[in-house]
This record gives sequence, C-alpha cells and structure tokens, in this order.
Amino acid sequence: MQPMDPHAIRKDFPILERQVHGKPLVYLDSTATSQKPRQVIEAITGFYEDHNANVHRGIYALAEEATEAYESARAKIASFLGAPDPSTIVFTRGTTESINLVAHAWGRTFLREGDEVVLTEMEHHSNIVPWQLAAKDTGAVLRYAPITDDGLLDVDAFRALLTDRTKLVAVSGQSNVLGTLPPLRDIAALAHDAGAKVLVDGAQFVSHNPVDVAALDVDFLTFSGHKMLGPTGSGGLYGRRELLEAMGPYHGGGEMIMEVYPDRSTYKEPPFKFEAGTPPIAQAVGLGAAVDYLEGIGMDAVRAHERELTAYALERLSGIGARIFGPTDLDLRGGAVSFWLKDVHPHDLAQVLDQEGVAIRAGHHCAQILMRRLGVPATARASFYVYNVAEDVDALVAALEKAEEVFG
Amino acid sequence: MAVDELYKEVILDHYKSPRNKRGLEHATVSCARNNPLCGDEITIHARLDGDAVAEVSFEGQGCSISQASASMLTEAVAGRSLDEAGTLTSDFRSMMEGAADPDEDEMGDLIALKGVVKYPVRIKCAVLAWDTFQEALQDASGKAAGASAH
Repeated sequence: MQPMDPHAIRKDFPILERQVHGKPLVYLDSTATSQKPRQVIEAITGFYEDHNANVHRGIYALAEEATEAYESARAKIASFLGAPDPSTIVFTRGTTESINLVAHAWGRTFLREGDEVVLTEMEHHSNIVPWQLAAKDTGAVLRYAPITDDGLLDVDAFRALLTDRTKLVAVSGQSNVLGTLPPLRDIAALAHDAGAKVLVDGAQFVSHNPVDVAALDVDFLTFSGHKMLGPTGSGGLYGRRELLEAMGPYHGGGEMIMEVYPDRSTYKEPPFKFEAGTPPIAQAVGLGAAVDYLEGIGMDAVRAHERELTAYALERLSGIGARIFGPTDLDLRGGAVSFWLKDVHPHDLAQVLDQEGVAIRAGHHCAQILMRRLGVPATARASFYVYNVAEDVDALVAALEKAEEVFG
Repeated sequence: MAVDELYKEVILDHYKSPRNKRGLEHATVSCARNNPLCGDEITIHARLDGDAVAEVSFEGQGCSISQASASMLTEAVAGRSLDEAGTLTSDFRSMMEGAADPDEDEMGDLIALKGVVKYPVRIKCAVLAWDTFQEALQDASGKAAGASAH
C-alpha cells in the first residue's frame, strides 16, 4: 500500500483555499458531506460543455457519448465495490433514496404481517423511517439490536433477535455518530443462517473503507456520492442480481418500461427497471470521476490515513478533558469523532468554532434513537477525510480551548 | 462578527446562573416544548393572578441561547399584566425576526439577544421559551374561558 500525502491532495480541493471569518477554513464535517476535488468539478462541467444529452434515447453522437459516460460511471462503481456486474448497480440520489427503494420495491413485495426487520440502535434516520413506513404497510415488525456502552454492536443480543421471522437485517456499515465499524461479515453470516437478507447502509462505510460486496456477502449496499467526493444528487444501490429481478419496480415513468398498455406495463431488466425518468446524468459522471480519484489514492491508504488522524484526535481531545462517545479501539472505528467538552452545549461549541474557521457538526446527527441511548440531546462531531491533516486537529483543539474560556 | 457580540456578558450570566429555574407550586399553567434541531427543551410554569402574571419559572436543558432566553423571560414577564406580557412576547418575536427596530426601554436586558438574529439557525433557540410561554398563556385563557362557561 502506497501511503497518501494529504498535503498534496489538499491542492486538488479549491474550497480549502478560502477563508471563513478571516481564518483559513478547517473543514471537519465530511461525514455530512465531502468537499470536491477539481477533477470531479471538471468532469461535471466537461460533461455539460461537451457531451450533454439525455441517455438511452437519442440516435445521434451526443446521446451516445452521454450514454457511454453514464454507463461507464456505473461500471467504475461496480468495480470499486467488488460487484460482479454493472447491472447490479442502480443509480439513485443517494443512500436515503436507495434505502427507500429497497423498503418499497423489496419490502412491499416480500414482507408479510409478523415478519421482522432487525435494525440497530445506532442507525441513521434514513435506515429507520423507510422501514417504519414499510412496516406500517405490511404489518412487519421492527426490532432494534442494542449497542454496548463502548458504542459497539452487542453481537450476542443481535444474534438473539434473529429468528425464522427475521426477513431482513438493515445495519449501518460505519456509524455517522460514533464511527463504529460493525462486524459486517459476521452480521451477514448470522443473518443468512437465519434465512434473512442483509442491507448495509454504506453512506459512511463506502466513502471511507475498501469495500468488496462479494467478500462481505451482503445482499444490498447503499452509498451516497456526495459523501465520497462526488456531487450531491448522486449515489446508488448495489443489489444481488436475483433480488433486483424479483423485486417490484420503484418509481414508474419513462425509460423503466418495455411496453405500455392502457391498463398495464411491462418493465425493463434491472438496473433500468429502477431508473424511471431522466436520471442525474452529469452527477453520475461526476461520481465516476470521484471513484477514479479515490482509486488513484487507494481505499486502503484512505482508511490508514483516517485511522492515523483519528488516533491523534482521540489523544488530543482526551487531553483537554473531552468525553468521547464510541469505541476507542481504532480497528473498530472510523474517523467520525463525537464528543462533549465539559458541559458546554454542542451548539455553543460549534458556534465559537465557526468564528475560528473550524466547521464541525453539532446536533443529533439524524440519530435520535442513538442520542437517547447515549443519554445526551446532541453531540459535537468532528470528522475526517483525505484532505484533513494533523494541523486541522490542532486548530480544532485550539478553538475548543477558546470555547471553554467563553463558557467555563 | 466576533463571538462576544453573540455571547454577550448578560447572556452568559443568565446561562451560568439561571433565574427562576425550578418547578412552580400552584402554577396555573405549565407548558413544554422542544427544538428538534438542537434538542433544546423548555418547560414554562406560570402562576396567574387575575389579569396579572404573578410568577414564572422554567425547567429545561439546552444551549446557552435557549436557556438564557428562558431565564430572561421569567424576569421580564413577571409582574406584568397579561396584555403587557403578550405584547412583550410578540415584540420579542419581531425583534428576533429582524422585522422591527426594538424599543430598547421595553426590551431591557432582552436586547442582548438581538445579536442572535445574525445567526439564523440559532433564532429558534432564542424564541423557544417565548413560544412556550405564549402557548401557556393561550392554554390559561382557554381554561379560564372553559371555567366561565360552566
């Protein structure tokens, strides 16, 4: 593995040159959305300037170029995720839409009254609410696997929840609050032994870790392009081919059909069955460029870099008396670090930090069930990506010390 | 804008040493609200005496702006008539919406919260206690109307 040089990488990100309140921007909120390298921005503008047309329709050169650009992005993503075939990748607007797609098209087809969907206490609302809606429509029941006080999945309790009623396990691949990396391979094996399917919410997982869906043996994996250096409005769903075939459609409309009659229609094969209407084409192309960029660095190197930064952040934050939520074992966590500093409310912390040019997230992080489990209304969260450096952690700590002066 | 223009001395003072932060025996009305964005929680208790706001207290947790605003409210409305308290509440809201040039005499210490207007996401924190208080007054007048109808 070739280690990465974050200082060189920073030069590719124009936004990192700007100032905020007269201070250099220190961006520590990549868990919410990542910044974009010039290569991605240029891929999007290049598409609009030279190749823009609708896909899968026109019989002319531009349309063929647009289709080629769109489909080659799909192929890049398939290869990036270790998926067997590009047809197992459905383009969506991101993880939220991907989970809704599965909850609708798979959930409404296969869930029956009394069936169970197993989630965990550390899920993002986007991996909870779609299942609540599906449960309401089908009579299925949601179960929540608890976490330990260290912020790890309680695997024994999880195992105990699995029965012949369990039809699906839907679990985050990397917690957006705690950084926790649940043991996905074990979870998938246990779920499959119980006869259940497995969906991994990969919004944080895919952007920060090497991924191989075949090795993980998961049935569905969702991802958000904007969290992995790509544009907003891009993302997708990996689904096992036979499941995508067996599922009903999601949105109805143009381009997802074979034939339309007054009272019925027949549908295309996956993935096109799930891509009604004009898709976000330039965004898919931008996501393809983001995948190229990440592969150029190597996801092993990305993970190693974030691991090193996280270790440094945990050490520095503990040094100023911050209470860290989530695992301290770096093998079991990624680079999203939630904390409280003394009893300063996270919103007050974030406000003072903003004045220092330091952007962190404060709030419940779309994880109210987890906040209740942790016993706090909100946390402050700093998160890291390829362009973050140790100096960013130093700036964070210096700004936190300033906040403590104001509220101490 | 510097941090100390938002976190003015008087705000930090109310946050660190909140006034009337307690339950209220013989409260005429109690009302609770939260702000889902921040997780701020405020309960306002009010004891009314005829047409007057006799006593107000609050309980809750949250950021400095939400808690300081609640503390300041308890001092600002106590002893006023219901009409005066209602006017102050709507004038405070106007100030936080940036709509009106606030009457500094009427606002007193509350003028310190005007700096929050420049931070749109925090306005909800500042008005939470006031919305809760307004709802409490409405509940009380509903109760009174109900009682007089019987």
